[in-house]
Order: sequence, then C-alpha cells, then structure tokens
Amino acid sequence: MRIAVVDYNAGNLRSVETALKHLGADFFVSNRPEGILAADKLIFPGVGEAKAAMGVLNTSGLDRAIDDFYQSGRPVLGICLGSHIVLSDSEESNTQCLGLVPGTARRFPQVRGFKVPHMGWNQVMHDGTHRLFKGIPSGSSFYFVHSYYPEPRESGTCIARTGYMIEFCSGLCLENLAAFQFHPEKSGACGLKLLENFIHEG
Amino acid sequence: MLEKRIIVCLDVRDGRTTKGIKFKENIDVGDPVRMASFYYSQGVDELVFYDITASSEKRSIMIDVVAAVAEQIFIPFSVGGGIGSVSEMRRVLLAGAEKVSVNSQAVRNPAIIEEGASLFGRQCIVLGMDALKDPSFPSHYRVVIDGGRTPTDLDALEWARRAERLGAGEIVLNSIDADGTQNGYELTVTGLISRSVGIPVVASGGAGTMRHILDVFTKANADAALIASMVHFGTYTLPQIKAYLHENNIPVRMDY
Repeated sequence: MRIAVVDYNAGNLRSVETALKHLGADFFVSNRPEGILAADKLIFPGVGEAKAAMGVLNTSGLDRAIDDFYQSGRPVLGICLGSHIVLSDSEESNTQCLGLVPGTARRFPQVRGFKVPHMGWNQVMHDGTHRLFKGIPSGSSFYFVHSYYPEPRESGTCIARTGYMIEFCSGLCLENLAAFQFHPEKSGACGLKLLENFIHEG
Repeated sequence: MLEKRIIVCLDVRDGRTTKGIKFKENIDVGDPVRMASFYYSQGVDELVFYDITASSEKRSIMIDVVAAVAEQIFIPFSVGGGIGSVSEMRRVLLAGAEKVSVNSQAVRNPAIIEEGASLFGRQCIVLGMDALKDPSFPSHYRVVIDGGRTPTDLDALEWARRAERLGAGEIVLNSIDADGTQNGYELTVTGLISRSVGIPVVASGGAGTMRHILDVFTKANADAALIASMVHFGTYTLPQIKAYLHENNIPVRMDY
C-alpha cells in the first residue's frame, strides 16, 4: 500500500514526511497528477493560504487528479488547509475550492478574549465510531493552528468537534475521504495513532 | 477548551545544550536531540531552541540539530537566535521547525516579519521580545536587544502591536528584570501586552516554582509559559507541573 503525499507548495510537508517515516509507512511525495494517481492512498497536507494553494492545484492539474482519486474510492486524508480545500469554498480570499465535501471554510469571528489564530492544544470530541479514531479516546488533545475552520453543509459529514469561541467541526468525513483541522503529525502520541490508523485502515 | 501550553526552552551553542543539567536518568545532557526526546516523552507541549552560537560559520550545525529533532519529536518546536533573513528562516523551516523566532533582527529590520509572514504564513513567525522596566516610556517598559545589552527607543507595548500588524503570529515576551531570578514572571508587562494584542503571548523569564506558572496564567492572561532552569536542574518534572496546574483548574494537556 503506497501513500502519496501531495506537494503543492503548501508549507510544512516535512513534518508529515518525518511522521510517516517514523511509523514505517511506504510513501512518496509527488507534485504531479500521474504521480498521485498511481498511489493507493493520498495525504493532502498543508499550511498556508487557500487562494494560493488552489492556484497551484489548478495550474498543475492536481485539482482534477485529487478529484479523480477521490471518485475512484481510494482513501484520502486531508490535514489543516487540506480540510478547507476539500470543501466547496473558503472565506479566505473568497476562494473556490475542490468541492468534494459540500461546505465552507469560515473565519473565526472577533470575540473579546479569544485570540486568532487558534493556536495550541485543544480537545477533539468524537463518537468513537470512525476507524481513524480507533484507540483514541474522545476528548484527546490535538495541536491546532488556524484562523479558518470547516463548516460542512450536511451535519452528517462532521465526525469531530472542538470548542473555541464556538463549537466548530474539527473533522470531516465523506465516504473514502477524511479531513482534520488539527495537525496529527504535530500532536504527539494521539496524532501518530491517527496517522497509523490511516496507514493500516485507510 | 484551548489548553495553556508549557514550553521548555533549550539554549544551544555549537550544537550542544549549554545549561548544566541534572537528571537522574542516564542521558547525555549536552545533546539537544536527546534532551528534546526526553521532554517530549514527559509531555512537554512545545519546545524552543535558541541558537547562541557566536560564529556564523558554525550556524549550519544548528540546521543538523533541527533536522534530527524533527525526526524524533512530533510536537511543534521553534528555533530562534541570529535569524536575520528569509533565506535563513526557510532553511530552519525546511529542516522541520514549526516556527522561527526573530528578536534583535526584527528591531533592526522590521520588514523581516512582514516578508516571513507573507512567504511562510504568520503562524510561523514568532516575535521574541526582551522588555525592561523603564517608567519614562508610555507603557513603562522599553525594548532591549542583543540579549538585553542594547537599549532601544521602542516602547514595549507599541512594538508588540506593530509586530502584530506586520504579521507576527505569536509573541514570546521575556522580562529582562525577571530573567534568571527564579522569582516569578513579570506579571505586569505580560498582562499588559497579552490583553492588548490579538495573537498568543508566551511569558518568559523568572519561572522558579509551579506557583509562578499558575500566576502567569491566572493573573497575567498568558497563553503559554516558557520554562527552563526549573526543569533543567531537576527541581520539578513536567508531569508534576501539569498535575499541579490541572488541580488548580488550568486546562493543560494531560494525555501524552
């Protein structure tokens, strides 16, 4: 089972790579559509700005390749910006996104006493049924750093919730796609467990 | 609920940690990679490495340290000390650091904050700031640079606000008055700045007891607390500090 990590110039790829290496995963990094389409699983990481990221995906043809990969039923994991890019659109620079999961990435409102970006460790609540949360108790802490959050149109696609000013959706799932707002690659043992679940169960 | 972070700071010179550290465990206390792994296993939330290497030709050693640390710990860490250009920022980030911290260099050339934020995202850019009490300044605190040796004309609060506007994603606020005393954080300046900016503020300088950490969270609104000697010298352990804060109703990460 070979995992492709999509390289679209969106920040900290290396931390995802080192975590996968640590877990003994069979993976490669690719920025070409034919490269990622050859894989069995796809990880779509990213720190960065939505418009810039979509620009790279559109010009390289990776947008269609990710869509094709998803439509083929193979497992896809989105991380951070990856959980915005899979939605219909983002409020960040009013960006049209891939549209795999209906919904919008919204900016946190300005609320006194709450800083933006939401940066640090926060609890992720889930109902324990999703395969990627196997062995991870609901309420475990994960590392977040973001100013926008996913808001799926259908509540059934939200598989995890986190509280910061509001309760937002910190994990999405639609069929063979899962995407998380937090960084499993920076979330210590719980994060590594989630990545291990993806490697073994998809 | 967002948890308060406990950040351990390691000073590194020529690739070796500098503080004389007393551990009961059998570890090479001069090896920053081993130290980082140890604190990671103890549940630290984040690490900061300050490169205090004097000569610029030895700087590349730090890049090797960063790369080796990134392979062993899976939590965020930042690197500061002597970073003066976006190409140096890029090297550190590509080696696996989550954030880079700029201090004196940002005072001399504030544009580096803006350039770094636009290239790498503001969450990567940390402003390190040394504040010294000085009633002649509007906020009563003045910015000093070069490790506290060189005073500037900058007011601490104004500089913090300006750095936020330029694109800093976080401020590590070190009190020169408190630094090294182990008498507690400087609560006044920490509270003042933390309540005046919209980005996280990490309190630094002066931590000697667990109570000091509790105070900086409850009385000065800090988002994170930087500690060094109190764990390096083995006076306290991270699990002990976390348990104490937890008992005192501070939200901290307990599942590590």
